[in-house]
Amino acid sequence: MLIKSKNTGTLPASEITDHALYLDRRRFISTTARTLVAATLAPGLLATRNTKAAIRLGNIRPGPYNTSEARTSYKDITRYNNFYEFSTEKDEPARLAKNFRTTPWSVRIDGEVNRPGSYHLEDLLKPHPLEERVYRLRCVEAWSMVIPWVGFPLAEFLKRFEPTSQAKYVEFTTLLDPEQMPGQRRHVLDWPYVEGLRMDEAMHPLTLLTVGLYGKVLPNQNGAPLRLVVPWKYGFKNIKSIVRIRLTRTQPLSTWMKAGPREYGFYANVNPQVDHPRWSQSRERRIGDFFKRPTLMFNGYAEQVAHLYNGLDLRRNF
Amino acid sequence: MVMPSKWPIYTTAWTCGAISDPDMSASRWPHYSLKPLVFLLCLLPLIALIYSGFRDQLGANPVEAISQSTGSWTLRLLLLTLTVTPLRRISGWSGIVRIRRMLGLFTFFYACLHFLTYLIFDQSFDLQEIIKDVSKHPYVTVGFTAFLLLIPLAITSTNNMIRRLGRRWRQLHQCVYIIATLGVLHYLWLVKKDLRTPLIYATLLLVLLIYRAWHRRRLSS
Repeated sequence: MLIKSKNTGTLPASEITDHALYLDRRRFISTTARTLVAATLAPGLLATRNTKAAIRLGNIRPGPYNTSEARTSYKDITRYNNFYEFSTEKDEPARLAKNFRTTPWSVRIDGEVNRPGSYHLEDLLKPHPLEERVYRLRCVEAWSMVIPWVGFPLAEFLKRFEPTSQAKYVEFTTLLDPEQMPGQRRHVLDWPYVEGLRMDEAMHPLTLLTVGLYGKVLPNQNGAPLRLVVPWKYGFKNIKSIVRIRLTRTQPLSTWMKAGPREYGFYANVNPQVDHPRWSQSRERRIGDFFKRPTLMFNGYAEQVAHLYNGLDLRRNF
Repeated sequence: MVMPSKWPIYTTAWTCGAISDPDMSASRWPHYSLKPLVFLLCLLPLIALIYSGFRDQLGANPVEAISQSTGSWTLRLLLLTLTVTPLRRISGWSGIVRIRRMLGLFTFFYACLHFLTYLIFDQSFDLQEIIKDVSKHPYVTVGFTAFLLLIPLAITSTNNMIRRLGRRWRQLHQCVYIIATLGVLHYLWLVKKDLRTPLIYATLLLVLLIYRAWHRRRLSS
């Protein structure tokens, strides 16, 4: 009885037995039995259903630069994740990040800015209208996706803190919390994860700070609550669960540069002509496809970003 | 005619069935039950893969899942093949040798599936791309070499070939140590950062190689 009264409020309309069914006694009984069984077993299920992964974000306007290519399914985007803070296996973060706490969340902004400080995430997000940007994502492991991100330009965000004329680079840091992030208990990488951009890359209108995908709040395994998205660079530049943004005079040393200086450079621009030292970058497998397709220069954003690298030897500055 | 026996009459049924069969001496009996069992066990990874494929349970990147599974099973079966002889020496159970050839051939079978996945889905039969890939990327070079070296071993695995090659058969099949080393290197060199699993394979191979070196020295001294 207790179980029944506890859950009647959450019964979806589809579960309410209609009159015709009600008259069919046998089926009515089996439906009721199934509902009761579901209600008994459901607390866990309901909990996952109620996590913020399902929360829709309001007032999203379509943004520029959207690709019309077929979007990767929500299921695939949220179950195939490189998030070493949780696990080096791609199917694990979805499970291990389930109870990751993203509220309260604060972000420290410091370095070469006139308005440094530690801010609550809600206060940081409030002034920014949300946009949907459908971008290609190209992983350094030669697979790719098309993801409808929800976010806003990093440029608009950074301007609020008034970067000084000395600010040449932006350095981002992920949360360090081995208790919540089991992957950080092993020294696979030098935690916390650090990434960086040149100032002009950070201020480019393609560069996003994201808080969601597919119109919903960013799932934990995808880098909640705040994630960088730089679509013309390899996926590992898109740092997740950001707690610190520091503007610097010198080029930040990113985690992957530390882990393998021969293999991962500061720029990490998608470039089919420059192979990873160990594997080819000329083609990629779009998730959902069986066969590979050619990789595009700057992941297909050459028109927008190629000028940033005029005169730069991309073979040396990989 | 059945000879008169001192045993009570009801025991003749099983004693005759099990012992008086001239082919069923105590040392040979396992292969009757062992071979089909091992055959089915070796097929299980493939069956599991096909089953998961049809049920859409290979994850977001099924080709990668197939490639990883067939590659891992190639290495596992190869290491198992190399475990047979030490196991025989240690346990004294000579019947186990009967499954060695089957394990070796299943190693080749999964290596073929692994290579086909690469050929079809990674390279779409593009010969030029394959040549470039094999010559430029060390992990592909060693993997491809290991696969090529497996072919003559598979071809010469028949009884007829063993007879015909005589002493040279043994020499040829010692290639398996090179193949196993290349296979483990292939795995070690392709992993992005987390080396735990390939290092487990490397350790197992090292133990097997050390055992053989130790055994050889003991024999020669």
